[in-house]
Amino acid sequence: MGSWGNLRYDPPSRQRRLFDRAAPLPASAVPLLAWGNGRSYGDVCINSGGELLETGGLDRYLAFDATTGVLRAEAGVLLDDIIRSFLPRGWFLPVTPGTRFITLGGALANDVHGKNHHVAGTFGNHVARFELLRSDGARLECSPTQNVELYAATVGGLGLTGLVTWVELQLRRVAGPAIAVENRRFHGLDEFFALNAAAEKSHEHVVAWIDCLAATPRGILMAGNHADGVPPAPTFSPAVPFTPPFSLINHASLAAFNAAYFHRPLPARQTLHLLPYFYPLDNIRQWNRIYGRRGFYQYQCAVPQAVQQDATAELLAAIRASGQGSFLAVLKTFGDIASPGLLSYPLPGANLALDFPNGGAATLELFGRLDAIVREAGGRLYPAKDARMPGALFRQGYPRWQEFSNHIDPRFSSSFWRRITET
Amino acid sequence: MKRIVIIGATSAIAHAAARLWAGQGAALFLVGRNAERLDINAADLRVRGAASVVVHAMDATDDAAHAPMLAAAVEALGGIDVSLIAHGTLPNQRECETDSARLRAEIETNGVSVCLLAQLFANRFVVQGGGTLAVIGSVAGDRGRQSNYVYGAAKGMVARFLEGLRNRLARSGVQVLLVKPGFVDTPMTAEFDKKGLLWAQPEGVAAGILKAIDGGRDVVYLPWFWRYIMWIIRHIPERLFKRLSL
Ligand SMILES: Cc1cc2nc3c(=O)[nH]c(=O)nc-3n(C[C@H](O)[C@H](O)[C@H](O)COP(=O)(O)OP(=O)(O)OC[C@H]3O[C@@H](n4cnc5c(N)ncnc54)[C@H](O)[C@@H]3O)c2cc1C
Ligand SMILES: NC(=O)c1ccc[n+]([C@@H]2O[C@H](COP(=O)([O-])OP(=O)(O)OC[C@H]3O[C@@H](n4cnc5c(N)ncnc54)[C@H](OP(=O)(O)O)[C@@H]3O)[C@@H](O)[C@H]2O)c1
Repeated sequence: MGSWGNLRYDPPSRQRRLFDRAAPLPASAVPLLAWGNGRSYGDVCINSGGELLETGGLDRYLAFDATTGVLRAEAGVLLDDIIRSFLPRGWFLPVTPGTRFITLGGALANDVHGKNHHVAGTFGNHVARFELLRSDGARLECSPTQNVELYAATVGGLGLTGLVTWVELQLRRVAGPAIAVENRRFHGLDEFFALNAAAEKSHEHVVAWIDCLAATPRGILMAGNHADGVPPAPTFSPAVPFTPPFSLINHASLAAFNAAYFHRPLPARQTLHLLPYFYPLDNIRQWNRIYGRRGFYQYQCAVPQAVQQDATAELLAAIRASGQGSFLAVLKTFGDIASPGLLSYPLPGANLALDFPNGGAATLELFGRLDAIVREAGGRLYPAKDARMPGALFRQGYPRWQEFSNHIDPRFSSSFWRRITET
Repeated sequence: MKRIVIIGATSAIAHAAARLWAGQGAALFLVGRNAERLDINAADLRVRGAASVVVHAMDATDDAAHAPMLAAAVEALGGIDVSLIAHGTLPNQRECETDSARLRAEIETNGVSVCLLAQLFANRFVVQGGGTLAVIGSVAGDRGRQSNYVYGAAKGMVARFLEGLRNRLARSGVQVLLVKPGFVDTPMTAEFDKKGLLWAQPEGVAAGILKAIDGGRDVVYLPWFWRYIMWIIRHIPERLFKRLSL
């Protein structure tokens, strides 16, 4: 039970699968931490030397109201399961990240966002209530009006406030599984921000792929709206069968790939099944293995609106100069819907995410340069993707961290939290 | 609409099967000894599409409760198309070697109570003129091993009992299916180290059970490769087998 980046961590001293939400937390001499499905990239779901509580056995629904679309489900339920159960009945997730293989508990604890942040806010904005099991045995129903402080601490609370046993989520009505997509190539950030602003007015889902190696940043903006019709769902899903000893992503393969991807014949409009639209990578199982045995990092940061274009340009220039990077580079803007959590990541501004093969010191040095740009811009890094940010950058980016830390359950901790507070 | 009774409905394997049936819109009657956990499962199955779910608390080793349970099931469902007997415990073998009360209790739970319930349903199916009796045994019932022979003996008893029952009912249109799973990742095996390749997930085993029912099978190993592993294990000569540390 590791995390998505395949970086090396010392193992937990014990891991235990939970099956019964009514059961008390196990007695343990070491710190506890819930583990959802390990789709976080770094160490927010790692608990070296501690005990991991794997929530995959907490996968039951409690109730569904077919008129309002309110679903109550155990915290280990996967978004994939929800889509399978409710898309055929005309309901979809109100907010979804780029993979459907995450749990409700994980979505809550990182207060995840999707391509619709500008109209829907974060995942937590759609969570009406949840139950939090604390190590003193208390079971607390938390909502914006009940146990409000623990509610705000637990949404985006990185699993540190206790075990979430169930979550009540407001699903979104959809006509069916179709998404009408508009694709636009852009050259330069001026064009990106102009196209993006327009697309956010007409489209619920907006995201851009960027070629991080191009001299002037270029990419493809993809804007989508739910639509009528039933396009075919993808069926075959290949897997990367083993981890090669070294990364298959390097500068040469990347430059060629990016150029080909940018120039590929691109339909201006197409209607897709929502699975390949929202989860383009889920169809290749364990694609994270292509980065080889040393694993990889994702660098994801948000910078405030006022400086978003300059900061994004600086970040991209630094990445290009380093010659590192990968195909996976995503740029989108967050809107101004307030996130409910004390440590929620999104802020109004630009959000940039790039994968990097673990190139050791060279990669970490580049991240140091990127950190400086983010710090200067008054931005922050996303803990769900982080494996290395300095504690000071975390504290600057999340000024409410001290208020948050008053709500940490005394028997819970994570490798991430120990790293952030000890450096 | 299929009408299904499950004994030991809180079992991970049984619940996975129940979900598949719920997805088909079946009517379910869930029997188990823990009422609270039955209710938790029932809510899940309702959301997943079951036409109806009724729960019934009963300890499988309480013989006197068997007939009233059947009556309640028939009352709730009208008739029964499939009954799945899934309850079981994994004995502490070492304890049973010195504690005869423990030994008896384990044989009662995993052997005797299963035979009694199997017979109860079989007789009902004869009256009905058809139906499927599916029982979860285990590969452990194929041969006695020092690490696990109390459990193995009980599961072996079930296998032999169903063999006879199947023979008795062959002309009556009643399917008698024995399911023999290998290692499955469930609460029963929570304390085991799950590193090897042989561990199956309850969802896969459940899918195999439904397929075997639909295919009219008599005996099924799940996953399939256990059939070959157990063929080899059954064919090791006893003179040699008794010296192995299995
Ligand atoms: C391909 C890919 C694309 C992604 N795209 C996006 C994206 O677009 N937007 C985005 O926001 N994120 C994205 N992510 C990140 C991912 O959504 C988050 O890391 C998510 O939190 C992972 O959920 P998980 O269930 O795997 O939880 P884990 O990674 O196992 O755990 C995450 C955190 O949740 C806590 N937790 C889990 N369950 C519970 C519980 N029951 N109670 C209390 N705490 C709990 C853990 O302790 C940990 O702190 C992406 C990840 C991948 C691999
Ligand atoms: N897991 C494996 O590796 C494996 C391998 C081969 C065969 N099997 C067999 O598969 C079946 C299902 O087991 P599982 O793996 O799904 O494990 P499980 O989740 O632990 O299920 C076993 C269930 O049996 C119930 N039970 C035990 N004694 C009972 C009694 N006296 N009355 C009523 N219910 C009783 C338990 O109820 P409570 O919830 O109340 O405790 C529990 O729900 C069992 O027959 C088991 O022997 C399992």
